[in-house]
Amino acid sequence: MQSVVVLFPGINREHDMIRALEIASGRKPHVAWHTDTALPKGVDLVVIPGGFSYGDYLRAGAIAARSPIMRAVIAAAEKGVKVLGVCNGFQILTEAHLLPGALMRNAGLKFVCRTVRLRVENDSTFFTNRLKKGDILPCPVAHHDGNYYADEETLKRLEGEGRVVFRYAEGTNPNGSVNDIAGVMNERGNVIGMMPHPEDRVEALHGGDECLPLFLSIVEEVAA
Amino acid sequence: MKAIVKIMLRPAVLDPQGKAIAHALSALGFSGVGEVRQGKLITLELDETDAEKARETVKEMCEKLLANTVIEDYEIELEA
Repeated sequence: MQSVVVLFPGINREHDMIRALEIASGRKPHVAWHTDTALPKGVDLVVIPGGFSYGDYLRAGAIAARSPIMRAVIAAAEKGVKVLGVCNGFQILTEAHLLPGALMRNAGLKFVCRTVRLRVENDSTFFTNRLKKGDILPCPVAHHDGNYYADEETLKRLEGEGRVVFRYAEGTNPNGSVNDIAGVMNERGNVIGMMPHPEDRVEALHGGDECLPLFLSIVEEVAA
Repeated sequence: MKAIVKIMLRPAVLDPQGKAIAHALSALGFSGVGEVRQGKLITLELDETDAEKARETVKEMCEKLLANTVIEDYEIELEA
């Protein structure tokens, strides 16, 4: 599997993401910069990691979503290339309208940094096919704007079409997200965004590797 | 010409920051305060002198960047 990690000024979680992708696939991801106008040829997966692109100015992810490289990411997504956004990456994907809804200020108004229990809600996506629906994974969160919101009609569609990929397990919703939503996918199923950081739970040093199967899922999906 | 863009969360969207402000006001002894909502004000200096054209351009700016219309409404005011 060949992946590319997209960087914007203020992104700071790319090293963990690059390492997780390398552990899972055995290949070093390419890196693209926000001013690039094209992605490297032949990539199977585009990853937008976490951080604080443009200092979260205006709205988290708003300015990154309008940068030159995002036009290439949107075009790739339209062709069916897989796209994963984590944390700020999720915010950027919603701001770019590749995913529905928006990430608002946490309901508790505080930055939350802790390990939550993440429940797999859809086990037939490119990021979850090695897991089972109902599986619960410990997974770190670290964000200030992770409160997922979508209007009722959008929510009904997301829920009805199995597009809620991850939920915070009972009692662990850290940010007030509607329906405990932690991650969603687009209609076509090739774009997934989530607030928690699975790349920080893939080896013993992290306290466990429970989230490694997520990355192995992509490798398997691409090889299939 | 100067444009003033007022951006507020849509009425259906909960505003936890507004809620926190309301709590703080109440703690300070201000009574009789109902719902509090917080928004953003963005001012823009424009070369454009035609109000109609300026409004059109600023509207496009709001749709493309300044507001996230999934959760926010915007109002545009122009000053000569």
